[in-house]
Amino acid sequence: MPVTLHGATKVWQRHDRRTQFTIWGLWLLAAAGFAYCSAFVSEKTIWPFVLDAPAQAVDLGVRMVPPDWSFIGTLWKPMWDTLNMATLGTAIAVVLAVPIAYCAARNTTPSVTVVRPIAIFVIVSTRSINSLIWALMLVTIIGPGVLAGILAIGLRSIGFCAKLLYEAIEEIDEHQVEAVRAMGASAGQVAAYGIVPQVMPAFAGISVFRWDINIRESTVLGLVGAGGIGLPLNAAITTLAWTKVSLILLVIIASVVVSEWVSAKVRQAII
Amino acid sequence: MPTGVAATAPRVWRRPPAIKSASLRWAITIGVLAYLAAAFGTTEVNWHRVWEGLPRGARFLSAFFPPDFTTRWSEILDGMLESLWMTVVATAVGIVLSIPVGLGAAKNVAPAPVYYLCRGFLAMSRSFQEIILAIFFVKFFGFGPFAGVVTLVVATIGFYGKLLAEDIEDIDPGQAEAVRATGAGWTQWINYGIQPQVMPRMLGLALYRFDINFRESAVVGIVGAGGIGATLDTAFNRYEFDSAAAILLIIIGLVMAMEYSSGFIRRWVN
Repeated sequence: MPVTLHGATKVWQRHDRRTQFTIWGLWLLAAAGFAYCSAFVSEKTIWPFVLDAPAQAVDLGVRMVPPDWSFIGTLWKPMWDTLNMATLGTAIAVVLAVPIAYCAARNTTPSVTVVRPIAIFVIVSTRSINSLIWALMLVTIIGPGVLAGILAIGLRSIGFCAKLLYEAIEEIDEHQVEAVRAMGASAGQVAAYGIVPQVMPAFAGISVFRWDINIRESTVLGLVGAGGIGLPLNAAITTLAWTKVSLILLVIIASVVVSEWVSAKVRQAII
Repeated sequence: MPTGVAATAPRVWRRPPAIKSASLRWAITIGVLAYLAAAFGTTEVNWHRVWEGLPRGARFLSAFFPPDFTTRWSEILDGMLESLWMTVVATAVGIVLSIPVGLGAAKNVAPAPVYYLCRGFLAMSRSFQEIILAIFFVKFFGFGPFAGVVTLVVATIGFYGKLLAEDIEDIDPGQAEAVRATGAGWTQWINYGIQPQVMPRMLGLALYRFDINFRESAVVGIVGAGGIGATLDTAFNRYEFDSAAAILLIIIGLVMAMEYSSGFIRRWVN
């Protein structure tokens, strides 16, 4: 307990002197790093444009109201496509995530030295590439459309689902697995009766959670040509049809709120 | 052997179904099948175009062996460094700004009007994808990293503020009350009663958000908000798959390095 004497009175401090200096040193370093980085950002910024921003914002705000409700009839199809991209993409991802998670979990992987690092690499690489970049790639490869969106969402979500799932598998109760194995069950039966029932709630929770995120992500994939509500959004922005833009944004907010509500309800029902 | 046992039929154990009510089980199955039929029925896929694209896909995959780091190296380096600067600035500013918002959105710290205001702000900033925010900020602030930084700051506040508020609501009230009972003022109460309790988890989350911000900074460039995204977009549009592969590998490598170092930092702090 660092206590210093000031004359006769004892004063308590949270840290002793050395820790205090280390903390100050780290803060100084962080501040210097921040200053250095912000200098670079500011060098590449055109400040007159930035200072002009409030006027721009007001101008845009005025042009965006009222939303053009007559446009809503053409939005149902893209919205349905967005929903499909998120749902089918999530379905692909969870199906592919199961074997990868099985290989990545320390307690179920066939080989710690070979298979596990490969599975971990797959998880990290699909996770670190944003679905928009996946879509960008897939659009150049298989052409614009909903299929590119589905695959982009699927590929992006594999890593996320597999990571959470393998953590759930690593946390299971080994006694149950042991009990099933002791009855003479084969490897497949051990997985089906010892492991699956234990991770099933987590698995369902992860799928719904990711579906919710994917609804949000699939709203923008159209910006690079992968179908969904992003296509009309992009078209409206490039043609400066701001009243249509505001309507599309309202539709996106509504869908995000609904999907969040659905996912919360389903997860409550499971857990 | 007693005859009574032999007379009973052999009992077979079946795994209990996940959903107990049979009718609900059937309803869900039929609903899922109907949805899948509708989804596949209405999804238009140009299989001819997909078929045509397959050799291009193969070319893209082969571009990873080996990727071309050299031809566009100066552009790649510029874009990467810009992404990194943006990430550092946005994470720092975002976390500093999310502290007051997070405090305001915690029920046990803030009065009701402040609470609802902050919660509303957090919900708003979280309901839009970063890219949509970036489009608007590019319109406001012009092309370049500044728009990207503002985008990431807003996204960081939405994420970090919400988690901070939830963490503050979950603290042990006994410790906070003990500090208050010594006659501490409001700032002292926050500093000594609440901050030490939320600090370890929030530090981990700060590192995680840094990681997310870096990944996001790689995409905001697609709509003109600075960073490596613009370089990547150009590489794809020119079908320079080997340069694109190099960029993707650098992103994956950096994200992996961050993940390892964040684990290391967290252990060191604890």
